Amino acid sequence: MSNTTEKIEYVSYLDHQGKYKGIMSWLMATDHKRIGLLYMYAIITFFFIGVLLGLMMKLELLAPGETIMTAKMYNSVFTLHGILMIFMVVIPGLSAVFGNFFLPILIGAKDVAFPKLNRFSWWIFIVGSIMAVLSQLLKDGPPDTGWTFYAPYSTTTNSNVIMATAAAFVLGFSSILTGLNFIVTIHQMRAPGMKFFHMPLFPWALYATAWIQLLATPVIGITLLMLIAERAFQIGFFDPALGGDPLLFQHLFWIYSHPAVYVMMLPAMGVITEIIPTFCQRQIYGYKAVAISSLAIAAVGFLVWGHHMYTSGMSDQARWFFSLLTFIVAVPSAIKVFNWITTMYKGSIDVQPPFLYALAFIFLFIIGGTTGLLLGSVATNVQVHDTAFVVAHFHYIIFGGMGFAFFAAIHYWFPKMYGRMYDIKLANISLVIKFIGFNLLYFPQFIIGVQGMPRRYFDYPEQFQPAQVISSVGGFILAFGLFLMVYNLVKAAKSGAVAPANPWKGSTLEWQIPSPPSLENFDEAPIIKVNPYDYK
Amino acid sequence: MANNTTHTIEYKTLVKILLILLFLTFITISVTSIHLGALTVTVALLIAGAKAYLVLSNFMHLKYESLLLRILVAMVFVLFALILVITFIDYAFR
Amino acid sequence: MSEKTVHVDEHRDDEASKLGMWLFIFTELLLFGGLFLVYSVFRVQYHEAFHQSSLELSVTLGALNTVILLISSMTIAMALTAMQKNDQKRALIFIGITLFCAALFLFNKYFEWGAKFHHGLYPGSELMALLDRGHLLYFSLYFFMTGLHALHIVIGMTLLIVCYFQVKNKKINNKDYVLLENGALYWHLVDLIWIFLFPLMYLIS
Repeated sequence: MSNTTEKIEYVSYLDHQGKYKGIMSWLMATDHKRIGLLYMYAIITFFFIGVLLGLMMKLELLAPGETIMTAKMYNSVFTLHGILMIFMVVIPGLSAVFGNFFLPILIGAKDVAFPKLNRFSWWIFIVGSIMAVLSQLLKDGPPDTGWTFYAPYSTTTNSNVIMATAAAFVLGFSSILTGLNFIVTIHQMRAPGMKFFHMPLFPWALYATAWIQLLATPVIGITLLMLIAERAFQIGFFDPALGGDPLLFQHLFWIYSHPAVYVMMLPAMGVITEIIPTFCQRQIYGYKAVAISSLAIAAVGFLVWGHHMYTSGMSDQARWFFSLLTFIVAVPSAIKVFNWITTMYKGSIDVQPPFLYALAFIFLFIIGGTTGLLLGSVATNVQVHDTAFVVAHFHYIIFGGMGFAFFAAIHYWFPKMYGRMYDIKLANISLVIKFIGFNLLYFPQFIIGVQGMPRRYFDYPEQFQPAQVISSVGGFILAFGLFLMVYNLVKAAKSGAVAPANPWKGSTLEWQIPSPPSLENFDEAPIIKVNPYDYK
Repeated sequence: MANNTTHTIEYKTLVKILLILLFLTFITISVTSIHLGALTVTVALLIAGAKAYLVLSNFMHLKYESLLLRILVAMVFVLFALILVITFIDYAFR
Repeated sequence: MSEKTVHVDEHRDDEASKLGMWLFIFTELLLFGGLFLVYSVFRVQYHEAFHQSSLELSVTLGALNTVILLISSMTIAMALTAMQKNDQKRALIFIGITLFCAALFLFNKYFEWGAKFHHGLYPGSELMALLDRGHLLYFSLYFFMTGLHALHIVIGMTLLIVCYFQVKNKKINNKDYVLLENGALYWHLVDLIWIFLFPLMYLIS
């Protein structure tokens, strides 16, 4: 309420001096931008641990039989790879990093609605992550159930399942709080004049995501609690030996974990929807269709969980019903793809790294999405269920989709976050290497999957060896591309050229403020009257 | 003050609501002793639903909240109902 | 003083706090929703066993606890009314009654569970292992659901105790009572879940 007319001096959020100094100024930060960066550093660390585990699996699969590890060890490695990548990297990935950093800015707010709660979410995210790591180190040995914790194996194996599920529970709580914070922020903190349909589309995607986080995560929470109770007190919910029903575990697990796929994908789609209009200098085609399709994906996405269970003994009626719903959920996803491509038509396209990453995303997402349709139809699913085909499909969606969208986002917003620019040529080279490596790594798996290579097996017949070798080589090319990208970005953050406030000529609010932004983003609340993609 | 927008509900109204709730509890217990077969569960759930509605709309002030919030609350119950029904598409036909 | 009020106003958004609480309540509803889903699946499969097992529970005790929770739900709503009318004394009394009811509920629960434990009926006991599937599932769900509900009673009590002291030292007052409102909302949630738990656990015919 101060009436001071003098201009507030600009200090970037990175240099701002608050109550705390040094490392504490980060750990105790309530600024959404610092929290976003904290998530980013944590997530990238976990990502590279996950990559290392993935490479270990690829080494093991170079030749049939035992190559570098035992079967038991291989089980633990893919379990940890799954837990790390799903619960600690891709689920929080885009929404916690770029959602935290850019959601308030994109809607013209100073911060999220509950900054302290936001800090708390990050803390328990770290606590959950530490628990996940501990589950590997405690004396009973790392869990070997896969990240899906299917009962009854998970209720009977001797490994540290309780610790791992408790970790997933805590991580889920962090996810719920982030979702809660974002929903309230979007409802209450939009800039004066900004209606829901004036919001940029990344906030729209985050809004749909936040609802999934809020409403689906409690279901996995209670499921994991029941699993823990079953192990600790012999309460019989899922283990047939104790009277339970293992299929019920699968139902409950996928009631969360299928919507969770959209927690990964929706923000990714949102990022791409921000990038394409900027580099085409063109209004997004079908703004409302894109906005509503986010909500539609979230809504229908809640009801299709059973397509993970076609071969587990569900009734036929349930199988065709889930198949039908699965085909329906493909429609809004396709709407988005059509709109991205149509936006490019007659645009004045500026080919920069973020745009190229977005194109790579669309390419990989289409492959992942269309193979998803094959899996969504019962007849073909029964043939390729639990084979390498499924592995290839979800890596194309999760890594090719969410992962490449994350890389696109970081290249798009990097100058805003750090106020510096990376080497554009090197960024393009690393993209090409990653793109080649990625396709070499996963495409052969489609083929051997159809031929009958099961997933999660550490051994295989001779005939699959050529494809497995190509795949392993691709894995290392991809890892090299990742390394190159990180090198480029770290170097730029330290000593890159100073970036202008709006290097890409974007029209959304984050480009109207200095780079890096000041603590409260805006000197005065912006007043919004026009739609966010207003290019002349 | 603009910040406090919550409607004030009089003591008398609250007592009235409690009396209705207690009456419904009484009914639901006495219905169980009459053997209606499969209908009993339906009746019990309908009464529980009515009680929940009263608590939500009066004690939790939902009656006086924005339309948006009321829709959101309804949505959560609808979502749960949908999940329940779809799960039973499996169990009912197995 | 006036300066301070202005400062508080700037960073306060009661609507946001309340919306946040409602969203949290949604997560709680779906948390219990998962359990109700499990309950329905097993009840349909083992209807007869569920009926027989439920005869082991005391309807009187369950009904008494229902009445206690309903009354407490009303008194906490009254505490909010009192606060809105700037009647600090009554607000404190009503919160006090609510807390007393909560304690009474837990006492009854302790009594009820204690009797089961006394008969050797508790998760992991030898008697439980002897039961057939339907009975075993019923009692597993009974202990898990009422246990989780009791845990929520304890959380709600903690929240209300905080409210009590905040009302007492006037942090919660006629102008700023959103904390009490949120505490009350949480308490009603606990009541709401019990409204469904009671007929489903105690009244199966």
